Amino acid sequence: MAQDHKLAIFRGRLKFKSIKSKIWGVFTLLSIITIIEVYLGIVKPEFLTTNRLFALKYLNWIFLILTVIKAYYITWDFMHMRDEKMGLRRSVVWTGVFLVCYLLFILLVEGNYIFDVYKENYIKFNF
Amino acid sequence: MDTTVAKPSTDNKTWGGGNRPLNTSYGKMMMWFFIVSDALTFSGFLAAYGFSRFKFIDSWPIADEVFTHVPFIHGNFPMYYVAFMTFILILSSVTMVLAVDAGHHMKKNKVIVYLFLTIIGGLIFVGSQAWEWGTFIKGTYGAVETNGGKVLQFVKEDGSRIALGDFAAPIYSERTSQGSNEAIWFYSEKPKTTVNLAEVTKGFLANESLLIRTQYLDKDGKRIVLSRAESVAKLKSDGKSVVEGANLRHNEYGTPLFADFFFFITGFHGFHVFSGVIFNIIIFFNVIIGTYERRKSYEMVEKVGLYWHFVDLVWVFVFTVFYLV
Repeated sequence: MAQDHKLAIFRGRLKFKSIKSKIWGVFTLLSIITIIEVYLGIVKPEFLTTNRLFALKYLNWIFLILTVIKAYYITWDFMHMRDEKMGLRRSVVWTGVFLVCYLLFILLVEGNYIFDVYKENYIKFNF
Repeated sequence: MDTTVAKPSTDNKTWGGGNRPLNTSYGKMMMWFFIVSDALTFSGFLAAYGFSRFKFIDSWPIADEVFTHVPFIHGNFPMYYVAFMTFILILSSVTMVLAVDAGHHMKKNKVIVYLFLTIIGGLIFVGSQAWEWGTFIKGTYGAVETNGGKVLQFVKEDGSRIALGDFAAPIYSERTSQGSNEAIWFYSEKPKTTVNLAEVTKGFLANESLLIRTQYLDKDGKRIVLSRAESVAKLKSDGKSVVEGANLRHNEYGTPLFADFFFFITGFHGFHVFSGVIFNIIIFFNVIIGTYERRKSYEMVEKVGLYWHFVDLVWVFVFTVFYLV
């Protein structure tokens, strides 16, 4: 097996000496992100829950972005995607990303529409 | 498993076969493509959850109020236990990647130790999930379901929740079950709740300070609490039955769809974790008997490792979607 692991994360700003120290470094990063998520989920700061961007609360944006960051590091460092060829990387990642974005867009817009129908029209859940 | 793949000589012919443009073995590539398809399956489920949630966006259960339990400790601890489960799963991912790394260096004993730790982590996670299901099914405070399928929850004046059993006034009644020797057509008995609707109503009317909290959310995402007069009217006109805990049809925390998706998605994920543990155990024994030592390649560890990390990856999303957002 090839031993040539890429040992730098954060676009080369943080370099690790060995693959093992990189694994523990990424683990620390993932733990910190999880702790931040749980902390925000329990405290729910007023400022983040009352303001919205594109109909989604700031807090939820933060959660979603942190989740994607976690997913990136799990795939890139634990699953060694960083060491794979670009062709494999793109065929796996972009396939998923495009289809998921499409699916989410269609289903969430549709769900919102049905909510409006229940709310504005004659079908009521008011009993 | 390079040894099992036929490698015809290529003689610099690009299309002559034996070329590996992605520079990875057949098995590993197929594991990646399986992961892509499985990821799309999970995305479909989570997107369907999002669809249903947007459909009932003003009455969806608040996860902080649903998952508040920690084993062996009483009290209100929102999300602590799920955070612990997440941590365990990430940690077992770390031991897995350490096992893969030890395999690259052909260190058999280290692979054994790390794989063992991974299996233990997986079992702790599955066990925790089973416990979480148990508490969710059992429920916390209980609620009254209305004719429209919504739930009414009970709160004290300061807004804190109160369990049905704490205020319901007992009414003596007898219940006999009908046998098949008495009739031909009859419905089978409904599951019995610890208190019935008449007892809850009686207790609620007797206790002036209690209020009803509806399933609906106000602008800031807080549940709407009715005034005393509204509460009494609501309970009398709309109350249909008592609901304790959650199952596929009733859910004391709110929309039954929430429980359906919770059982289905975390169940499907838990099944993945379980099968991942089984794969790990098989590979674990293969390592012990020296299969990969003879093969001179620990790539099988890497392949199940990919699957195991994928399970972790899915949990990251399930965690966000069900517990945080």
